[in-house]
Amino acid sequence: MTKFLVSRRTLLGATAALLASTALPRAAFAQDAVKGGRLIVAADSEPRNLNPAIVASNGVFFIASKVIEPLAEASFDGENGLAPRLATAWTGSEDGLSATFTLREGVTWHDGKPFTSEDVAFSALNVWKPLQNLGRLVFANLEAVDTPDPLTAIFRFSKPTPFQLIRNALPATTSVLPKHLYEGTDIPENPANAQLVGTGPFKFTEYKPGEYYLLSRNETYWGESEPNLDEILYRVLPDRAAAAGALEAEEIHLAAFSAVPLADLARIGEVEGIEVISKGYEGLTYQLVVEINHRTEQLANLKVRQAIAHAIDKQFVVDTIFLGYATAATGIVPQNAPEFYNPETPQYAFDVDKANALLDEAGYPRAADGNRFTLRLLPAPYFNETRQFGDYLRQALAEIGIDAQIANNDSAAHQQAVYTDHAFDLAIAPPVFRGDPAISTTILLRTATAEGVPFSNQGGYSNTALDTLIDDALIAVDEEERTALYNEVQVVAAEDLPLINVAEWGFITVARTSVHNVSNNPRWAVSNWSDTWIDG
Amino acid sequence: MHRAGKLVLRRLVGSIPVLLIVLVGTFFLLELASGDAVDAYLVSTGGGDAALVETLRANWGLDQSPITRLGLYLWNVLHLDFGYSVLLNRPILTVVLERLPNTLLLMGSAVALSFGIGSLLGIAAGSRPGSARDRLLSIGSLALYAVPSFWLGLVLVVVFSVQLRWLPLSGIETLASGKAGLDRALDIIRHLVLPVGALALIYLALYLRLMRAGMVEVWRQDFVLAARAKGLSRRRIVWRHVARNALLPLVTMLGLQSATMLGGSVVIESVFSIPGLGRLAQEAVSGRDTPLLMGIIVISAVLVILTNLIVDVVYAFLDPRVGASEASA
Repeated sequence: MTKFLVSRRTLLGATAALLASTALPRAAFAQDAVKGGRLIVAADSEPRNLNPAIVASNGVFFIASKVIEPLAEASFDGENGLAPRLATAWTGSEDGLSATFTLREGVTWHDGKPFTSEDVAFSALNVWKPLQNLGRLVFANLEAVDTPDPLTAIFRFSKPTPFQLIRNALPATTSVLPKHLYEGTDIPENPANAQLVGTGPFKFTEYKPGEYYLLSRNETYWGESEPNLDEILYRVLPDRAAAAGALEAEEIHLAAFSAVPLADLARIGEVEGIEVISKGYEGLTYQLVVEINHRTEQLANLKVRQAIAHAIDKQFVVDTIFLGYATAATGIVPQNAPEFYNPETPQYAFDVDKANALLDEAGYPRAADGNRFTLRLLPAPYFNETRQFGDYLRQALAEIGIDAQIANNDSAAHQQAVYTDHAFDLAIAPPVFRGDPAISTTILLRTATAEGVPFSNQGGYSNTALDTLIDDALIAVDEEERTALYNEVQVVAAEDLPLINVAEWGFITVARTSVHNVSNNPRWAVSNWSDTWIDG
Repeated sequence: MHRAGKLVLRRLVGSIPVLLIVLVGTFFLLELASGDAVDAYLVSTGGGDAALVETLRANWGLDQSPITRLGLYLWNVLHLDFGYSVLLNRPILTVVLERLPNTLLLMGSAVALSFGIGSLLGIAAGSRPGSARDRLLSIGSLALYAVPSFWLGLVLVVVFSVQLRWLPLSGIETLASGKAGLDRALDIIRHLVLPVGALALIYLALYLRLMRAGMVEVWRQDFVLAARAKGLSRRRIVWRHVARNALLPLVTMLGLQSATMLGGSVVIESVFSIPGLGRLAQEAVSGRDTPLLMGIIVISAVLVILTNLIVDVVYAFLDPRVGASEASA
């Protein structure tokens, strides 16, 4: 296996450029930041629980990341792709049994209390490990956190835990909560989950349900002379067309997470004073995936899965459904994750004849009506693109004699049909790659340990060889060895097709040109925006 | 007013079974939809493991049988306790009462405006049936009636907010503006112009056509002929004899419309991002938030019953024959 030699930064740049081919380049010269002003942003949902330490999801981060900070944030040019936040340094032990964090000095909570290693220890043991959806996995073997002094936290693991994983998980899973507000309370029901108290550049000021969230400047923020903005106002705009109109009418400054539909981007990009930016989502790449129910007799046959893979024209999907704002996928790890990406993963070229031949070989000849068999196809309703791809896949499968019956459900019904009842043959899902295959990717392939766990292996797929690789990687302390294992996982997954990766995409930000320092890190929309400023 | 009092009392008592049927019906319709609040919650948060799912189901009372939950719910409603919203994690009564004024303001002004202008235009059209004025108004109203409200809303937004920038594009007031008193009232009025306009223009057509049809009908009746034979002025005949009688179907319509207010407001509230009851109901459905949706439905049903009661009283006032038999029975 060849070692991947291109540096992370070069590749990030190259992929960003690829993704951004239709976007306007942002002026690179430095300008002096203007202080003050209210930034108005579109919010399309109102999370029930705003606490990122409990619910690590983009909808929560979007607002909470300005108030509650993680130990480190993703960065385009920092070492290992990280920039310090509440921690200034981190090292893992050789044996993978401990990790030491040096914390930032002079940080205070919004209520004035000092931030210490006690807060980190409390958050890790009482929140991230037992309560957080992503942290449960990353910190599964965390046993204790030593706090020899207020600025040092030493994580102790019961089994070797790769520091590479911990490091990659820092931005998404390590939001630190104030111990003095949570200790001894019912953490999931604590009022501070709605009225956030953090160390971040902005304080949580007001929430008016159905209307807005208002954050205001933290005067005692540790960042020198930051934040630049006085206020951030999240305006609840559930209607997508409303977001585009509000940008044009200058009622909002910015809409992130593709709040403006892709079809409107070309038009709105032409409007004076508005920019379409596809950078800033490299750390949260979404993947368009065909989930396969391996309990279905036909789909348990590798030849059938290969035939389906050959029947999908990925480039057509990218050009037509994503209007170019995506990249054709080559495997389970996106190109945006150069640390793990294996360019030698086997590929399935678009080839209808080959697909037909494979199905014939598999023993499913066409009947008189031209069909070989019928499958239930359930596109996830979360994005326009997942639904549109459902329509495309139906046509593509018809070409090779598979009759796909689409069932369009709303999200709760889809959730139940696919993840609880397994009442599907093919489903279309948009999982997120969060910097490390162990966080949310290999869970899609490993033999299911529990039924009904959302966003995990739904198809009943089981491959002992793959399981062994995944389990070995989970405890592989050596980075090179771990990376090699994941390279191998990608190859095995491509050969055996537990699921089919079709495309990978980042979201699009649409902003007024009066907003500066937009999209300057790989998780920009969910980072703290302390350096963002607007023209006075 | 003894007669009206009896009428009101009978209607109020009669509405209790109606409310019960609405409640039970809604509950079981929602039961039929696949997926529950926990499923919807997991989608919005990116998932969790089986233990979390179980804990949530238990905490939100979703592990009990539907009958138990319905019984418990009805018992609580009897004590005016509508429970907690699963989606918003706040008391339902608070949430609903918070949103209700926005919807009432929006729909109330739209209905009042369309009723007022629509009936006047209907009188204008129906006072000389077949005239050029009548035909112009009829065609215009048909065209308006054919337009979907969301489309009209979007067109108004593009023209008046995006292009001309005369009016705000969305919301019910300027957010976190610190305005109070008259300033705030004016601000709300400015925000209401477009959504109320979009709704009122469509209802207006409805009232115009109803009024015109009623006028044409009444013109042909004997008492109008008699009035004309007496040599009364045209103006007096139109206003005193024709219009008053033609108004009755409009009042009926007004009552019926109070029931569809919620449905109509879903679309307009979404397009204009107004935090009203319609949008809340839509969110409750997609979040499988049964208690919230039930709360909204119960409170809307009470509103509909009250509106219809008022309409009935007005009707009895306009036409003394109405309600007499019911009150004396």
